[in-house]
Amino acid sequence: MTGSSAQAAGVVQRGLVLSAIGLLALGGVYVLALGYTPVEVRQGLAQKIFYLHVPAAWSALLSFSLVGIASALYLWLKDPRLDRFAAASAEVGVVFSAIMLTTGPIWAKPIWGTWWTWDARLTLTLFVFFLFIGYLGLRAAVHDPAERARFSAVVGILGMLLVPFIHLSVYLFRTLHPQPIVLKPSAPSLPPEMLTTLLVSTLVFTLLYLGFVTARYGLALADEAREEARDAA
Amino acid sequence: MPDPVRLALAIAAKDIRAELRSRTALQSALVFAALVLVVFNFARDPTVLAATDLAPSVLWVTFALAAMVTLNRAFNVERENAALDGLLLAPVPREALFLGKLLANLAFVGTVELVTLPLFMLFFNVSLGRALPGLLGVTALATIGFVAVGTLFSAMAVRTRFAELMLPVLLLPFMVPPLIAAVQMTSRLLADRPLSEMWGWLRLLALYDVVFVTLCMMVFSAVVDE
Repeated sequence: MTGSSAQAAGVVQRGLVLSAIGLLALGGVYVLALGYTPVEVRQGLAQKIFYLHVPAAWSALLSFSLVGIASALYLWLKDPRLDRFAAASAEVGVVFSAIMLTTGPIWAKPIWGTWWTWDARLTLTLFVFFLFIGYLGLRAAVHDPAERARFSAVVGILGMLLVPFIHLSVYLFRTLHPQPIVLKPSAPSLPPEMLTTLLVSTLVFTLLYLGFVTARYGLALADEAREEARDAA
Repeated sequence: MPDPVRLALAIAAKDIRAELRSRTALQSALVFAALVLVVFNFARDPTVLAATDLAPSVLWVTFALAAMVTLNRAFNVERENAALDGLLLAPVPREALFLGKLLANLAFVGTVELVTLPLFMLFFNVSLGRALPGLLGVTALATIGFVAVGTLFSAMAVRTRFAELMLPVLLLPFMVPPLIAAVQMTSRLLADRPLSEMWGWLRLLALYDVVFVTLCMMVFSAVVDE
């Protein structure tokens, strides 16, 4: 085993350990959500999904913002580590976006009476998901690593700037139209049990994000080490 | 060094001249746009939905699809015979190169839109009347924004596998804000609503154009330079 592939294996290992801790803690979040928090008066048990949905959304938007920032820094510093990180973060972001986009409708059907609505926040997260997919599709379609890094950095930066525009346009779209009266949960100040559980879950999801990204980063390193070994042979 | 605007104009003129000599891309894009309009007419149940209700959306989806087809060709022609390498070797600032390609693309997409508009009025029984100057303005503003992003992306897409698929997947999300704004303003223009109702959309379009034309110009060198 060469030095670089041993290093890659170490990074993957670290990522897997972090992910394992995160997954164990996620079990704890389930216990907290089901056993510790009170049942919400109007929404009943459906509200429990909130402890997974909101943290998943947080991780998805965190990964998306970090892809944008890493992309901008990459074009400036041309450090391959930034590109590797952006790619890892985008891939993990797809997973969290998918969790967010599936848990949302599951909750919305009983509470709003519809799986989906073109609300500004929903539309925005859907497009974040599409942008991630496009970003990864582009990465898969470019062979040369340097070119792939530059192209995907460009898409990462533009995507980050697109999101506020989508939010703004959907917001204008909605406010200029008579809005159907949608049953929306008013946001009362959360009881302390709920708030604690939400914060714990957000921490757990951040830990999972770190674990997944680290593991993915290590895999990218391993991939590069293999390519190098093949080129050298 | 000659001034960048003149260089950009020279590059745009080269593209337009080349296109006028072959006319292949423009002709196909025009036929494509006409076909999309025809398909739309039959994709609607006439007993339920009047043609005029659907008109703004039809117009803009047609414009968007036609623009996509036109943009796909922008850097394809440069790829043949490695013409882009020649352009890159010339002492032209990348910003001027981008601007030139953008201007040429705007000329092509604008031509397709100008020809599609009367066809649209004919097929969908829309009389523009006083809305025409406003509609042309909205079209120009919306087109500048998404063609700028499209020009940048088509320079990348030609160097990927599945180029024809890559461009729409990347570009369509970026078309959403200008399209929403354009559709909203078009339906208000056709209904003869006052300008005050469109002010928010107009500002959104202008902001989009400023942000994305500038940004695309800035990052263009990252796309073409090794």
